[in-house]
Amino acid sequence: MPAHPSTGARALQLYTLMRRIRAFEDAAEQASLGGVAAWGLAASDKPALVRGPLHLSTGQEAVAAGVCLNLQCEDLLTSTHRGHGHTLAKGADTTRMMCELFGRATGTNKGKGGSMHIADFSVGMLGANGVVAAGIPIATGAAHALKLRGLPNIVACFFGDGAANRGPFLEGLNWAQVFKLPVFFVCEDNRISATTPTGPMTAGEGVSARAQALGIPASLVDGNDAEAVDAAAAQLVAQVRSGGGPRLLHAVTYRIKGHVSVDPGSYRNPDEVAAAQAREPLLLLRHRLLAQGHSSQSLDAVDAAAKAEIDGALAAAQAAPWPEAGAAYEDIMDTGAGVWR
Amino acid sequence: MSSTPTSTETMQTLTYAQAGALALQQAMSADSRVVALGEDLGRGGVFGQYRGLQQMFGADRIIDTPISEANIMGAAVGMALAGLRPVVEMRVIDFALCAMDEIVNQAAKNRYMFGGQGRVPLVARLPIGIWSASAAQHSQSLEAWFAHLPGLVVATPATPQDNFSLLKAAMASGDPVIYMEHKELWGESAAVDTTLPVPLGKAALLSSGNDLTLVTWSRGVAQALKSLQLPELAGVGVDLIDLRTLWPWDQAAVHASAARTGRLLVVHEAVQVAGFGAEVAASTAEATGCRVARLGAPRIPVGYADVLEQQSRLSPQKIALAARALLDR
Repeated sequence: MPAHPSTGARALQLYTLMRRIRAFEDAAEQASLGGVAAWGLAASDKPALVRGPLHLSTGQEAVAAGVCLNLQCEDLLTSTHRGHGHTLAKGADTTRMMCELFGRATGTNKGKGGSMHIADFSVGMLGANGVVAAGIPIATGAAHALKLRGLPNIVACFFGDGAANRGPFLEGLNWAQVFKLPVFFVCEDNRISATTPTGPMTAGEGVSARAQALGIPASLVDGNDAEAVDAAAAQLVAQVRSGGGPRLLHAVTYRIKGHVSVDPGSYRNPDEVAAAQAREPLLLLRHRLLAQGHSSQSLDAVDAAAKAEIDGALAAAQAAPWPEAGAAYEDIMDTGAGVWR
Repeated sequence: MSSTPTSTETMQTLTYAQAGALALQQAMSADSRVVALGEDLGRGGVFGQYRGLQQMFGADRIIDTPISEANIMGAAVGMALAGLRPVVEMRVIDFALCAMDEIVNQAAKNRYMFGGQGRVPLVARLPIGIWSASAAQHSQSLEAWFAHLPGLVVATPATPQDNFSLLKAAMASGDPVIYMEHKELWGESAAVDTTLPVPLGKAALLSSGNDLTLVTWSRGVAQALKSLQLPELAGVGVDLIDLRTLWPWDQAAVHASAARTGRLLVVHEAVQVAGFGAEVAASTAEATGCRVARLGAPRIPVGYADVLEQQSRLSPQKIALAARALLDR
């Protein structure tokens, strides 16, 4: 099945989704100032609205949007510690997401998970994960269940470049191929493992080559080009959906922010960061849309709508109730539930 | 054979391994969502505890997997989230250490950290214990590690009856269950009532007396029963309690017994230091003020040569001596 042509409408859809993710990330970042102490920085005396660590996907929006626009609501998704964009793009409500970052009872996870564990099972988003590569085995199992149950849906499995150096990457890809499971593996390669460049720590020809060594068809794409990601994902998702077994997309992008919210990322070459800023995905797509005849006013309106949506989410999250202390004892297990010492 | 028993009669003589196979067979017949996955299951499992099941249910439901412990356990979490009720075979508990992230951070935490959006109804079978000179990496009893973790149920059956009934209870519970069969019990044979339910969290009282409360589980149960016949314990009234489930554990039964006898001895094959016996002893002393003692293995790896392995093993004699010392204190 050929890739669908990226029409102007499709590009605008991508732009809108990416702008919403960017607005969410920017707002979350602002709300986290003075929060978690890390990297040797002390938390400020003033409690932050977002207390915990945030792993922002700023600059990586094209991967989340380009992949998730090719998924259906009933498809499942596993994510990484950098999962806001995947969650939003899969269809989660931004107010409930922001409430979760704020630790409120009305959050997607009732305030029990925060940013690192954000999840919305109601849209098939089975969770961000605090452990690198941990989503890969879970995705293969979910796909295994879909296949055994005879369901037509697939599982999208996002992981980072660092995950390719963990054991579950090999175990999971091998498993998916052995059992011909409907998994769409997406390596969202932001080129840095926490604070250390991934390239010098990775042997061989990279993630695609590792997948191909197991017989899994894999494609490399510019992860900052939303239309290219969309087209590649459309093709691979169609192959997975038609029962062809797993596929892998290696999308190379760039993490504009630090590893975690309070990390200024000062270990990176400023020239490298400036170059990345100059071709960040929203900028690229905006130029393309303008060239296609969209007016800057119409794109500004998209930007303003995204900001208004997220401003609304922020206000709602600030007004939302905290969990009751008793909630700490709920949602653990049925057998022997209660307060034990 | 058929050493695979049929499931038509309600009272059968079964080995511990056959009892586990029959429990799984009945659960799979009753519920198409139940599947089993692990290494070598198609040929019956390494201890015969899956014998005949792949012929009965096919390779889609008795799933032979690659030697990929992390993915076996992680896939089971994903299967559970996507509507199946997986039974995971880890072969020996020592291999489950390759899947600790999947057990500890994923299976145990999923329900809570995602705010109750999902459930992880899986049973992970992690056979424990010393057997057949298998040395340091195939002999461990690590039940305390898992009892420590919120989100997990921990079961340690000691008899064919309990291996049948507790496995059925584990599969029905809807929680992630760490299910620990003891490798030296596979061949033990006894009558099994297939209509008898055993709830998780309920201990069994195997003998009654007013002088001493003796708490144990798994392989410790048969050893403790034998110790009651030794001269050191002649004329001593012993409440012998098989805990059966370590989480949740039957605090009520143990506390009530120790409050009456005033003395508690906890016995397990696992290393005594920071073992689950410490939890039972401390909890019971806090609740009742009774005198407590523990008997577990010294803090050494299990050795290969018989004389070395014996250092880590329980025996009726060791139990009787520990009980005598507590009684004389």
